[in-house]
Amino acid sequence: MSKSQHLEDLVIQVRRDILRMVHKVNSGHPGGSLGCTEFFVALYNEIMEQNDEFNMDGIGEDLFFLSNGHISPVYYSVLARTGYFPVEELNTFRLINSRLQGHPTTHEGLPGIRIASGSLGQGMSVAIGAAQAKKLNNDKHLIYSLHGDGELQEGQNWEAIMYASAKKVDNLIATVDLNGQQIDGATDDVLDMGDVKSKFEAFGWIVIDIEEGNNLEAILKGMAEAKNKTGQQKPVCVLLKTVMGNGVDFMMHTHAWHGKAPNDEQLAIGLEQNPETLGDY
Amino acid sequence: MKTYTYTEKKDTRSGFGAGLAELGRTNPNVVALCADLIGSLKMNDFIAENPERFFQIGIAEANMMGIAAGLTIGGKIPFTGTFANFSTGRVYDQIRQSIAYSGKNVKICASHAGLTLGEDGATHQILEDIGLMKMLPGMTVINTCDYNQTKAATIAIAEHNGPVYLRFGRPKVPVFTPENQTFEIGKGIKLTEGNDVTIVATGHLVWEALEASKELYEKGISAEVINIHTIKPLDEKIILDSVAKTKCIVTAEEHNYLGGLGESVARTLATHNPTPQEFVATQDTFGESGTPDQLMEKYGLNSKSIISATEKVLKRK
Repeated sequence: MSKSQHLEDLVIQVRRDILRMVHKVNSGHPGGSLGCTEFFVALYNEIMEQNDEFNMDGIGEDLFFLSNGHISPVYYSVLARTGYFPVEELNTFRLINSRLQGHPTTHEGLPGIRIASGSLGQGMSVAIGAAQAKKLNNDKHLIYSLHGDGELQEGQNWEAIMYASAKKVDNLIATVDLNGQQIDGATDDVLDMGDVKSKFEAFGWIVIDIEEGNNLEAILKGMAEAKNKTGQQKPVCVLLKTVMGNGVDFMMHTHAWHGKAPNDEQLAIGLEQNPETLGDY
Repeated sequence: MKTYTYTEKKDTRSGFGAGLAELGRTNPNVVALCADLIGSLKMNDFIAENPERFFQIGIAEANMMGIAAGLTIGGKIPFTGTFANFSTGRVYDQIRQSIAYSGKNVKICASHAGLTLGEDGATHQILEDIGLMKMLPGMTVINTCDYNQTKAATIAIAEHNGPVYLRFGRPKVPVFTPENQTFEIGKGIKLTEGNDVTIVATGHLVWEALEASKELYEKGISAEVINIHTIKPLDEKIILDSVAKTKCIVTAEEHNYLGGLGESVARTLATHNPTPQEFVATQDTFGESGTPDQLMEKYGLNSKSIISATEKVLKRK
Protein backbone atom coordinates (compact mmCIF):
# COMPACT_ATOMS: atom_id res chain seq x y z
CA MET A 1 0.00 0.00 0.00
CA SER A 2 1.33 3.43 -0.85
CA LYS A 3 1.98 5.88 1.92
CA SER A 4 -0.63 8.30 0.66
CA GLN A 5 -3.21 5.49 0.50
CA HIS A 6 -2.41 4.63 4.10
CA LEU A 7 -2.97 8.22 5.16
CA GLU A 8 -6.26 8.35 3.26
CA ASP A 9 -7.33 5.12 4.96
CA LEU A 10 -6.34 6.50 8.31
CA VAL A 11 -8.43 9.62 7.74
CA ILE A 12 -11.51 7.51 7.05
CA GLN A 13 -10.85 5.31 10.06
CA VAL A 14 -10.33 8.30 12.36
CA ARG A 15 -13.64 9.75 11.16
CA ARG A 16 -15.33 6.49 12.12
CA ASP A 17 -13.62 6.59 15.52
CA ILE A 18 -14.84 10.13 16.12
CA LEU A 19 -18.43 9.32 15.21
CA ARG A 20 -18.49 6.13 17.27
CA MET A 21 -16.84 7.74 20.30
CA VAL A 22 -19.27 10.64 20.57
CA HIS A 23 -22.27 8.48 19.66
CA LYS A 24 -21.54 5.98 22.42
CA VAL A 25 -21.61 8.60 25.19
CA ASN A 26 -24.05 10.90 23.44
CA SER A 27 -21.70 13.84 24.00
CA GLY A 28 -18.50 15.36 22.72
CA HIS A 29 -17.49 17.51 19.77
CA PRO A 30 -17.59 15.85 16.36
CA GLY A 31 -17.75 18.97 14.13
CA GLY A 32 -14.34 20.47 14.80
CA SER A 33 -12.83 17.01 15.18
CA LEU A 34 -13.91 15.95 11.70
CA GLY A 35 -12.75 19.26 10.29
CA CYS A 36 -9.23 18.70 11.61
CA THR A 37 -8.91 14.98 10.92
CA GLU A 38 -6.65 15.36 7.89
CA PHE A 39 -4.45 17.82 9.78
CA PHE A 40 -3.97 15.48 12.76
CA VAL A 41 -3.31 12.48 10.54
CA ALA A 42 -0.71 14.41 8.57
CA LEU A 43 0.86 15.95 11.68
CA TYR A 44 1.33 12.71 13.59
CA ASN A 45 2.21 10.52 10.63
CA GLU A 46 4.26 12.73 8.35
CA ILE A 47 5.13 16.08 9.82
CA MET A 48 6.34 15.64 13.39
CA GLU A 49 9.46 13.82 14.51
CA GLN A 50 8.49 11.77 17.54
CA ASN A 51 10.41 9.59 19.97
CA ASP A 52 9.33 5.99 20.43
CA GLU A 53 8.54 6.37 24.12
CA PHE A 54 6.36 9.12 25.51
CA ASN A 55 8.17 11.37 27.94
CA MET A 56 6.67 14.55 29.36
CA ASP A 57 9.79 16.64 28.71
CA GLY A 58 9.86 15.66 25.04
CA ILE A 59 13.57 16.30 24.59
CA GLY A 60 14.81 15.55 21.06
CA GLU A 61 11.41 15.47 19.36
CA ASP A 62 8.77 17.80 17.97
CA LEU A 63 5.87 18.55 20.33
CA PHE A 64 2.23 19.34 19.72
CA PHE A 65 -0.18 21.30 21.91
CA LEU A 66 -3.93 21.33 21.36
CA SER A 67 -5.38 24.59 22.61
CA ASN A 68 -9.00 24.00 21.56
CA GLY A 69 -9.25 20.92 23.76
CA HIS A 70 -12.86 20.16 22.91
CA ILE A 71 -11.80 18.45 19.70
CA SER A 72 -10.41 15.66 21.86
CA PRO A 73 -12.06 12.88 19.78
CA VAL A 74 -9.75 13.45 16.81
CA TYR A 75 -6.76 13.94 19.13
CA TYR A 76 -7.40 10.68 20.99
CA SER A 77 -8.11 8.69 17.86
CA VAL A 78 -4.94 9.84 16.12
CA LEU A 79 -2.79 9.40 19.25
CA ALA A 80 -4.10 5.86 19.66
CA ARG A 81 -3.64 5.00 16.01
CA THR A 82 -0.11 6.43 16.09
CA GLY A 83 0.73 4.07 18.94
CA TYR A 84 0.57 6.30 22.03
CA PHE A 85 -1.97 4.02 23.75
CA PRO A 86 -4.14 1.03 22.83
CA VAL A 87 -6.81 1.74 20.25
CA GLU A 88 -9.35 -0.20 22.38
CA GLU A 89 -9.07 2.53 24.99
CA LEU A 90 -11.10 4.79 22.68
CA ASN A 91 -14.02 2.77 24.04
CA THR A 92 -13.64 4.59 27.36
CA PHE A 93 -14.00 8.13 25.98
CA ARG A 94 -15.83 10.32 28.51
CA LEU A 95 -16.66 7.37 30.74
CA ILE A 96 -16.00 7.37 34.46
CA ASN A 97 -12.48 6.29 35.48
CA SER A 98 -11.17 6.86 31.95
CA ARG A 99 -7.91 8.44 30.87
CA LEU A 100 -9.83 9.88 27.93
CA GLN A 101 -11.51 12.79 29.67
CA GLY A 102 -14.00 15.02 27.87
CA HIS A 103 -11.18 17.50 27.43
CA PRO A 104 -7.54 16.38 27.29
CA THR A 105 -5.58 16.29 30.52
CA THR A 106 -2.25 15.20 31.89
CA HIS A 107 -4.01 14.38 35.13
CA GLU A 108 -4.81 10.78 34.22
CA GLY A 109 -1.40 10.15 32.66
CA LEU A 110 -2.55 9.57 29.09
CA PRO A 111 0.56 9.29 26.88
CA GLY A 112 0.75 12.03 24.28
CA ILE A 113 -0.90 14.74 26.35
CA ARG A 114 1.40 17.39 27.81
CA ILE A 115 -1.07 20.01 29.04
CA ALA A 116 -4.72 20.19 30.00
CA SER A 117 -6.86 22.22 27.64
CA GLY A 118 -10.53 23.01 27.43
CA SER A 119 -10.83 26.44 28.94
CA LEU A 120 -9.94 28.27 25.75
CA GLY A 121 -7.13 30.60 24.84
CA GLN A 122 -4.34 29.13 26.94
CA GLY A 123 -2.50 26.86 24.51
CA MET A 124 -0.53 29.49 22.64
CA SER A 125 1.20 30.64 25.82
CA VAL A 126 2.02 27.08 26.79
CA ALA A 127 3.39 26.33 23.34
CA ILE A 128 5.58 29.43 23.53
CA GLY A 129 6.94 28.33 26.90
CA ALA A 130 7.73 24.88 25.53
CA ALA A 131 9.41 26.51 22.52
CA GLN A 132 11.58 28.66 24.78
CA ALA A 133 12.49 25.60 26.84
CA LYS A 134 13.62 23.91 23.61
CA LYS A 135 15.88 26.87 22.90
CA LEU A 136 17.38 26.75 26.39
CA ASN A 137 18.02 23.03 25.91
CA ASN A 138 19.60 23.61 22.48
CA ASP A 139 16.99 21.27 21.07
CA LYS A 140 16.40 22.11 17.43
CA HIS A 141 13.01 20.41 17.26
CA LEU A 142 9.82 22.36 16.73
CA ILE A 143 6.67 23.13 18.65
CA TYR A 144 3.33 22.78 16.86
CA SER A 145 0.03 24.01 18.21
CA LEU A 146 -3.58 24.14 17.08
CA HIS A 147 -6.17 26.78 17.91
CA GLY A 148 -9.77 27.31 16.94
CA ASP A 149 -10.67 30.47 15.07
CA GLY A 150 -13.43 31.32 17.53
CA GLU A 151 -10.85 30.75 20.23
CA LEU A 152 -8.92 33.78 19.01
CA GLN A 153 -11.61 35.86 20.71
CA GLU A 154 -9.91 35.00 24.02
CA GLY A 155 -7.58 37.89 24.88
CA GLN A 156 -4.72 35.78 26.21
CA ASN A 157 -4.01 34.72 22.61
CA TRP A 158 -3.12 38.27 21.68
CA GLU A 159 -0.79 38.62 24.65
CA ALA A 160 0.91 35.47 23.41
CA ILE A 161 0.91 36.51 19.75
CA MET A 162 2.52 39.84 20.68
CA TYR A 163 5.10 38.12 22.89
CA ALA A 164 6.10 35.44 20.38
CA SER A 165 7.18 37.94 17.77
CA ALA A 166 8.76 40.37 20.22
CA LYS A 167 10.85 37.54 21.66
CA LYS A 168 11.57 35.94 18.29
CA VAL A 169 10.05 32.57 19.12
CA ASP A 170 10.87 31.15 15.68
CA ASN A 171 10.65 27.46 16.55
CA LEU A 172 6.87 27.56 16.83
CA ILE A 173 4.26 26.76 14.18
CA ALA A 174 0.84 27.75 15.48
CA THR A 175 -2.01 26.58 13.29
CA VAL A 176 -5.44 28.20 13.40
CA ASP A 177 -8.39 26.08 12.29
CA LEU A 178 -10.31 28.57 10.19
CA ASN A 179 -13.65 26.81 9.93
CA GLY A 180 -15.63 29.99 10.43
CA GLN A 181 -17.93 28.44 13.01
CA GLN A 182 -18.39 28.60 16.75
CA ILE A 183 -21.07 27.47 19.18
CA ASP A 184 -23.52 30.30 18.60
CA GLY A 185 -23.09 30.46 14.84
CA ALA A 186 -20.69 31.77 12.21
CA THR A 187 -17.64 33.52 13.68
CA ASP A 188 -18.45 36.50 11.46
CA ASP A 189 -21.83 36.82 13.15
CA VAL A 190 -20.82 36.09 16.73
CA LEU A 191 -17.79 38.35 16.80
CA ASP A 192 -16.29 39.27 13.47
CA MET A 193 -12.52 38.96 13.82
CA GLY A 194 -11.86 40.77 10.58
CA ASP A 195 -8.81 39.75 8.59
CA VAL A 196 -7.01 37.20 10.75
CA LYS A 197 -4.07 37.00 8.38
CA SER A 198 -3.44 40.74 8.49
CA LYS A 199 -3.68 40.66 12.25
CA PHE A 200 -1.01 37.99 12.60
CA GLU A 201 1.18 39.77 10.07
CA ALA A 202 0.71 43.06 11.86
CA PHE A 203 1.87 41.33 15.03
CA GLY A 204 5.05 40.29 13.22
CA TRP A 205 4.33 36.67 12.33
CA ILE A 206 5.04 34.80 9.12
CA VAL A 207 1.68 33.53 7.85
CA ILE A 208 1.15 30.52 5.59
CA ASP A 209 -2.29 29.86 4.09
CA ILE A 210 -3.57 26.37 3.53
CA GLU A 211 -6.68 26.97 1.47
CA GLU A 212 -7.63 23.31 1.24
CA GLY A 213 -7.32 22.34 4.87
CA ASN A 214 -9.08 19.02 4.34
CA ASN A 215 -6.74 17.92 1.57
CA LEU A 216 -3.81 15.84 2.81
CA GLU A 217 -1.52 16.89 -0.01
CA ALA A 218 -2.26 20.56 0.53
CA ILE A 219 -1.66 20.17 4.26
CA LEU A 220 1.67 18.40 3.77
CA LYS A 221 2.80 21.03 1.27
CA GLY A 222 1.71 23.94 3.47
CA MET A 223 3.22 22.52 6.63
CA ALA A 224 6.50 21.82 4.82
CA GLU A 225 6.53 25.44 3.74
CA ALA A 226 5.80 26.50 7.33
CA LYS A 227 8.69 24.38 8.58
CA ASN A 228 10.97 26.04 6.05
CA LYS A 229 9.99 29.41 7.48
CA THR A 230 11.05 28.53 11.02
CA GLY A 231 14.37 29.79 12.36
CA GLN A 232 13.95 33.19 10.75
CA GLN A 233 13.52 35.22 13.94
CA LYS A 234 9.73 35.16 13.59
CA PRO A 235 6.98 32.83 14.78
CA VAL A 236 5.03 31.04 12.06
CA CYS A 237 1.26 30.88 11.80
CA VAL A 238 -0.63 28.51 9.53
CA LEU A 239 -4.17 29.48 8.60
CA LEU A 240 -5.86 26.19 7.88
CA LYS A 241 -9.17 26.61 6.07
CA THR A 242 -11.28 23.62 6.98
CA VAL A 243 -14.88 22.54 6.74
CA MET A 244 -16.43 21.73 10.07
CA GLY A 245 -17.89 18.22 10.05
CA ASN A 246 -15.88 17.28 6.96
CA GLY A 247 -16.53 13.80 5.56
CA VAL A 248 -20.06 13.41 6.91
CA ASP A 249 -22.33 15.28 4.55
CA PHE A 250 -25.06 16.34 6.95
CA MET A 251 -22.52 17.63 9.47
CA MET A 252 -20.67 19.86 7.00
CA HIS A 253 -20.72 23.65 6.75
CA THR A 254 -22.68 24.20 9.97
CA HIS A 255 -21.99 24.90 13.61
CA ALA A 256 -24.88 22.58 14.55
CA TRP A 257 -22.53 19.66 15.21
CA HIS A 258 -20.01 21.60 17.28
CA GLY A 259 -20.95 19.80 20.47
CA LYS A 260 -23.69 17.37 19.51
CA ALA A 261 -23.52 13.61 19.01
CA PRO A 262 -25.31 11.76 16.20
CA ASN A 263 -28.22 9.47 17.02
CA ASP A 264 -28.28 5.82 15.89
CA GLU A 265 -29.62 6.59 12.45
CA GLN A 266 -27.25 9.49 11.88
CA LEU A 267 -24.33 7.37 13.04
CA ALA A 268 -25.26 4.68 10.51
CA ILE A 269 -25.33 7.24 7.71
CA GLY A 270 -22.01 8.72 8.80
CA LEU A 271 -20.35 5.33 8.96
CA GLU A 272 -21.78 4.34 5.60
CA GLN A 273 -20.15 7.40 4.10
CA ASN A 274 -16.85 6.31 5.65
CA PRO A 275 -16.46 2.57 5.21
CA GLU A 276 -14.10 0.77 7.58
CA THR A 277 -10.48 0.78 6.43
CA LEU A 278 -8.00 -0.15 9.15
CA GLY A 279 -10.42 -1.83 11.54
CA ASP A 280 -12.75 -0.35 14.15
CA TYR A 281 -11.62 -0.39 17.77
CA MET B 1 9.92 32.81 78.12
CA LYS B 2 12.03 32.73 75.00
CA THR B 3 12.23 36.20 73.50
CA TYR B 4 13.18 37.34 70.04
CA THR B 5 15.05 40.43 69.01
CA TYR B 6 16.17 41.88 65.73
CA THR B 7 18.94 44.13 64.59
CA GLU B 8 17.51 45.22 61.29
CA LYS B 9 14.35 45.42 59.26
CA LYS B 10 14.24 44.12 55.72
CA ASP B 11 11.50 43.43 53.22
CA THR B 12 10.52 39.83 52.58
CA ARG B 13 10.58 40.46 48.83
CA SER B 14 14.31 41.10 49.11
CA GLY B 15 14.58 37.68 50.71
CA PHE B 16 12.90 36.29 47.62
CA GLY B 17 15.35 38.16 45.40
CA ALA B 18 18.31 36.82 47.36
CA GLY B 19 16.96 33.27 47.27
CA LEU B 20 16.31 33.47 43.55
CA ALA B 21 19.83 34.78 42.91
CA GLU B 22 21.22 31.89 44.95
CA LEU B 23 19.16 29.42 42.91
CA GLY B 24 20.51 31.01 39.75
CA ARG B 25 23.99 30.04 40.89
CA THR B 26 23.17 26.54 42.11
CA ASN B 27 20.34 25.16 39.95
CA PRO B 28 20.71 25.48 36.16
CA ASN B 29 17.08 24.47 35.60
CA VAL B 30 15.67 27.45 37.47
CA VAL B 31 14.27 30.13 35.16
CA ALA B 32 12.48 33.33 36.10
CA LEU B 33 9.62 35.24 34.51
CA CYS B 34 8.35 38.69 35.37
CA ALA B 35 5.43 40.83 34.23
CA ASP B 36 7.08 44.25 34.27
CA LEU B 37 7.90 44.38 37.99
CA ILE B 38 11.55 43.38 38.16
CA GLY B 39 12.51 46.06 40.68
CA SER B 40 9.52 45.47 42.93
CA LEU B 41 10.22 41.74 43.02
CA LYS B 42 13.98 42.26 43.54
CA MET B 43 14.85 40.00 40.62
CA ASN B 44 17.74 42.12 39.36
CA ASP B 45 20.58 39.94 40.65
CA PHE B 46 19.20 36.77 39.07
CA ILE B 47 18.71 38.61 35.79
CA ALA B 48 22.19 40.16 35.80
CA GLU B 49 23.82 36.80 36.39
CA ASN B 50 21.51 34.69 34.18
CA PRO B 51 20.09 36.86 31.39
CA GLU B 52 19.40 33.84 29.18
CA ARG B 53 17.27 32.27 31.89
CA PHE B 54 15.07 35.30 32.45
CA PHE B 55 11.88 36.04 30.51
CA GLN B 56 10.42 39.54 30.56
CA ILE B 57 6.78 38.94 29.68
CA GLY B 58 5.49 42.50 29.82
CA ILE B 59 2.16 43.38 31.39
CA ALA B 60 0.49 40.12 30.45
CA GLU B 61 0.14 37.90 33.48
CA ALA B 62 -2.13 35.31 31.84
CA ASN B 63 0.48 34.77 29.16
CA MET B 64 3.17 34.56 31.85
CA MET B 65 1.40 31.69 33.63
CA GLY B 66 0.94 29.80 30.38
CA ILE B 67 4.55 30.30 29.32
CA ALA B 68 5.69 29.14 32.77
CA ALA B 69 3.61 25.98 32.37
CA GLY B 70 5.16 25.40 28.94
CA LEU B 71 8.71 25.93 30.21
CA THR B 72 8.31 23.02 32.62
CA ILE B 73 7.96 20.79 29.56
CA GLY B 74 11.65 20.42 28.92
CA GLY B 75 12.61 20.27 32.58
CA LYS B 76 12.78 23.93 33.58
CA ILE B 77 11.66 25.14 37.01
CA PRO B 78 9.96 28.48 36.36
CA PHE B 79 9.58 31.13 39.07
CA THR B 80 7.01 33.77 38.12
CA GLY B 81 7.15 37.17 39.76
CA THR B 82 4.47 39.82 40.09
CA PHE B 83 2.22 41.30 42.78
CA ALA B 84 0.01 38.86 44.69
CA ASN B 85 -3.13 40.28 43.14
CA PHE B 86 -1.87 39.71 39.60
CA SER B 87 -0.37 36.34 40.58
CA THR B 88 -3.71 34.87 41.62
CA GLY B 89 -7.05 36.56 41.00
CA ARG B 90 -6.12 37.94 37.62
CA VAL B 91 -4.88 34.59 36.34
CA TYR B 92 -6.90 32.08 38.28
CA ASP B 93 -8.09 30.02 35.35
CA GLN B 94 -4.64 29.94 33.76
CA ILE B 95 -3.20 28.63 37.04
CA ARG B 96 -6.09 26.23 37.51
CA GLN B 97 -5.93 24.58 34.09
CA SER B 98 -2.40 25.04 32.76
CA ILE B 99 -0.54 24.70 36.07
CA ALA B 100 -2.51 23.02 38.86
CA TYR B 101 -4.68 20.57 36.90
CA SER B 102 -1.79 19.94 34.52
CA GLY B 103 0.49 19.25 37.51
CA LYS B 104 3.21 21.64 36.34
CA ASN B 105 6.24 22.46 38.43
CA VAL B 106 5.71 26.23 38.50
CA LYS B 107 6.59 28.45 41.46
CA ILE B 108 4.19 31.38 41.64
CA CYS B 109 6.04 34.02 43.65
CA ALA B 110 3.86 36.86 44.82
CA SER B 111 4.95 40.10 46.40
CA HIS B 112 2.98 43.02 47.84
CA ALA B 113 0.40 40.72 49.39
CA GLY B 114 -2.17 42.09 51.80
CA LEU B 115 -2.72 45.52 53.33
CA THR B 116 0.96 46.31 53.87
CA LEU B 117 1.30 47.19 50.21
CA GLY B 118 0.01 50.48 51.57
CA GLU B 119 -0.79 53.60 49.64
CA ASP B 120 -1.72 51.99 46.31
CA GLY B 121 -4.98 50.95 47.93
CA ALA B 122 -7.49 48.16 47.57
CA THR B 123 -7.06 47.47 43.84
CA HIS B 124 -3.61 46.11 44.66
CA GLN B 125 -4.11 44.81 48.22
CA ILE B 126 -5.31 41.28 47.73
CA LEU B 127 -6.70 39.67 50.88
CA GLU B 128 -8.20 36.64 49.17
CA ASP B 129 -5.16 35.03 47.56
CA ILE B 130 -4.43 32.37 50.20
CA GLY B 131 -7.99 31.13 49.85
CA LEU B 132 -7.87 31.13 46.06
CA MET B 133 -4.63 29.22 45.98
CA LYS B 134 -5.27 26.72 48.76
CA MET B 135 -8.47 25.58 47.08
CA LEU B 136 -6.54 24.34 44.06
CA PRO B 137 -5.82 20.60 44.37
CA GLY B 138 -2.10 19.91 44.58
CA MET B 139 -1.09 23.52 45.23
CA THR B 140 1.34 24.20 48.08
CA VAL B 141 0.73 27.56 49.78
CA ILE B 142 3.48 29.34 51.73
CA ASN B 143 3.45 32.75 53.45
CA THR B 144 6.79 33.70 54.96
CA CYS B 145 7.43 36.01 57.88
CA ASP B 146 10.79 37.70 57.37
CA TYR B 147 13.73 38.14 55.02
CA ASN B 148 15.66 35.07 56.12
CA GLN B 149 12.68 32.77 56.01
CA THR B 150 11.62 34.04 52.59
CA LYS B 151 15.09 33.45 51.22
CA ALA B 152 15.17 29.93 52.65
CA ALA B 153 11.67 29.17 51.36
CA THR B 154 12.54 30.39 47.87
CA ILE B 155 15.47 28.00 47.79
CA ALA B 156 13.47 25.13 49.26
CA ILE B 157 10.55 25.27 46.82
CA ALA B 158 12.88 24.63 43.88
CA GLU B 159 13.48 21.17 45.35
CA HIS B 160 9.76 20.46 45.70
CA ASN B 161 8.23 18.91 42.60
CA GLY B 162 4.83 20.53 42.07
CA PRO B 163 3.12 23.90 41.90
CA VAL B 164 3.77 26.30 44.78
CA TYR B 165 2.31 29.66 45.73
CA LEU B 166 4.89 31.67 47.67
CA ARG B 167 3.46 34.82 49.26
CA PHE B 168 5.51 37.70 50.64
CA GLY B 169 5.32 41.44 51.04
CA ARG B 170 6.51 44.94 50.44
CA PRO B 171 7.38 46.62 53.78
CA LYS B 172 10.53 46.32 55.84
CA VAL B 173 9.83 44.11 58.83
CA PRO B 174 12.02 42.75 61.66
CA VAL B 175 14.46 40.01 60.68
CA PHE B 176 14.29 37.59 63.59
CA THR B 177 14.63 34.09 62.14
CA PRO B 178 18.08 32.55 61.67
CA GLU B 179 20.24 33.28 58.68
CA ASN B 180 20.89 30.23 56.49
CA GLN B 181 18.02 28.26 58.02
CA THR B 182 16.68 25.14 56.35
CA PHE B 183 13.10 25.61 55.27
CA GLU B 184 10.85 22.60 55.63
CA ILE B 185 7.63 22.86 53.62
CA GLY B 186 4.62 21.94 55.74
CA LYS B 187 6.44 22.04 59.05
CA GLY B 188 5.34 24.65 61.56
CA ILE B 189 7.87 26.24 63.92
CA LYS B 190 7.19 26.61 67.61
CA LEU B 191 8.68 29.96 68.59
CA THR B 192 7.67 30.12 72.26
CA GLU B 193 6.49 27.53 74.76
CA GLY B 194 3.29 28.40 76.60
CA ASN B 195 0.42 26.83 78.49
CA ASP B 196 -2.50 29.26 78.37
CA VAL B 197 -3.12 29.97 74.70
CA THR B 198 -1.84 28.90 71.29
CA ILE B 199 -1.18 31.71 68.86
CA VAL B 200 -0.78 30.51 65.31
CA ALA B 201 0.40 33.19 62.89
CA THR B 202 1.60 33.44 59.33
CA GLY B 203 3.53 36.04 57.32
CA HIS B 204 3.90 39.53 58.75
CA LEU B 205 1.69 38.59 61.70
CA VAL B 206 4.29 36.22 63.17
CA TRP B 207 6.36 39.10 64.53
CA GLU B 208 3.21 40.74 65.86
CA ALA B 209 2.34 37.47 67.61
CA LEU B 210 5.76 37.48 69.31
CA GLU B 211 5.27 41.09 70.39
CA ALA B 212 1.84 40.17 71.74
CA SER B 213 3.25 37.19 73.64
CA LYS B 214 5.70 39.49 75.46
CA GLU B 215 2.93 41.74 76.68
CA LEU B 216 0.73 38.79 77.53
CA TYR B 217 3.59 37.32 79.59
CA GLU B 218 3.73 40.51 81.60
CA LYS B 219 0.03 40.11 82.25
CA GLY B 220 0.65 36.57 83.49
CA ILE B 221 -0.57 34.81 80.33
CA SER B 222 1.74 32.25 78.80
CA ALA B 223 1.33 32.01 75.03
CA GLU B 224 2.66 29.34 72.72
CA VAL B 225 3.47 31.07 69.44
CA ILE B 226 3.68 28.93 66.33
CA ASN B 227 4.89 30.16 62.96
CA ILE B 228 2.77 28.47 60.31
CA HIS B 229 4.61 29.45 57.16
CA THR B 230 2.93 26.69 55.13
CA ILE B 231 -0.84 27.02 55.00
CA LYS B 232 -1.13 24.02 52.71
CA PRO B 233 -0.23 21.33 53.55
CA LEU B 234 -1.00 22.44 57.09
CA ASP B 235 1.09 21.10 59.97
CA GLU B 236 -1.90 19.76 61.86
CA LYS B 237 0.19 17.93 64.44
CA ILE B 238 1.97 20.97 65.82
CA ILE B 239 -1.39 22.74 66.19
CA LEU B 240 -3.26 19.80 67.74
CA ASP B 241 -0.39 19.04 70.14
CA SER B 242 -0.39 22.66 71.27
CA VAL B 243 -4.15 23.05 71.79
CA ALA B 244 -4.23 19.75 73.68
CA LYS B 245 -2.24 21.69 76.26
CA THR B 246 -3.61 25.24 75.96
CA LYS B 247 -7.27 24.47 75.13
CA CYS B 248 -7.70 27.63 73.05
CA ILE B 249 -6.22 29.25 69.98
CA VAL B 250 -5.83 32.57 68.17
CA THR B 251 -5.00 32.61 64.47
CA ALA B 252 -3.42 35.68 62.90
CA GLU B 253 -2.93 36.53 59.25
CA GLU B 254 -2.89 39.42 56.80
CA HIS B 255 -5.83 38.01 54.86
CA ASN B 256 -9.58 37.77 54.91
CA TYR B 257 -10.88 35.48 57.66
CA LEU B 258 -12.77 33.71 54.87
CA GLY B 259 -10.44 31.32 53.11
CA GLY B 260 -7.29 32.00 55.09
CA LEU B 261 -5.10 30.25 57.63
CA GLY B 262 -7.75 30.63 60.33
CA GLU B 263 -10.26 28.65 58.35
CA SER B 264 -7.79 25.86 57.68
CA VAL B 265 -6.99 25.71 61.39
CA ALA B 266 -10.70 25.74 62.28
CA ARG B 267 -11.32 22.80 59.99
CA THR B 268 -8.50 20.86 61.59
CA LEU B 269 -9.79 21.60 65.07
CA ALA B 270 -13.42 20.85 64.18
CA THR B 271 -12.36 17.50 62.77
CA HIS B 272 -10.00 16.41 65.53
CA ASN B 273 -10.46 18.48 68.66
CA PRO B 274 -13.07 21.27 68.74
CA THR B 275 -11.41 24.20 70.48
CA PRO B 276 -12.38 27.86 71.04
CA GLN B 277 -10.73 29.97 68.35
CA GLU B 278 -10.50 33.69 67.61
CA PHE B 279 -9.54 35.03 64.21
CA VAL B 280 -7.19 37.97 63.72
CA ALA B 281 -7.81 38.71 60.04
CA THR B 282 -9.66 41.18 57.88
CA GLN B 283 -13.42 40.94 58.24
CA ASP B 284 -14.60 40.30 54.70
CA THR B 285 -13.61 43.74 53.51
CA PHE B 286 -11.43 45.43 50.92
CA GLY B 287 -8.50 47.54 52.04
CA GLU B 288 -7.76 51.20 51.30
CA SER B 289 -4.89 53.66 50.94
CA GLY B 290 -2.72 54.44 53.95
CA THR B 291 0.62 53.58 55.47
CA PRO B 292 1.12 49.93 56.33
CA ASP B 293 1.07 50.66 60.07
CA GLN B 294 -2.10 52.72 59.80
CA LEU B 295 -3.81 50.00 57.81
CA MET B 296 -2.76 47.18 60.11
CA GLU B 297 -4.05 49.24 63.05
CA LYS B 298 -7.34 50.17 61.38
CA TYR B 299 -8.07 46.63 60.17
CA GLY B 300 -7.00 44.99 63.41
CA LEU B 301 -3.92 43.13 62.27
CA ASN B 302 -1.27 43.87 64.90
CA SER B 303 -0.04 42.78 68.32
CA LYS B 304 -2.80 44.80 69.98
CA SER B 305 -5.47 42.87 68.09
CA ILE B 306 -3.78 39.59 68.96
CA ILE B 307 -3.81 40.52 72.65
CA SER B 308 -7.54 41.41 72.50
CA ALA B 309 -8.31 38.18 70.67
CA THR B 310 -6.34 36.24 73.28
CA GLU B 311 -8.20 37.83 76.16
CA LYS B 312 -11.46 37.01 74.41
CA VAL B 313 -10.61 33.40 73.68
CA LEU B 314 -9.34 32.79 77.22
CA LYS B 315 -12.82 33.60 78.51
CA ARG B 316 -14.30 30.96 76.21
CA LYS B 317 -12.16 28.10 77.54
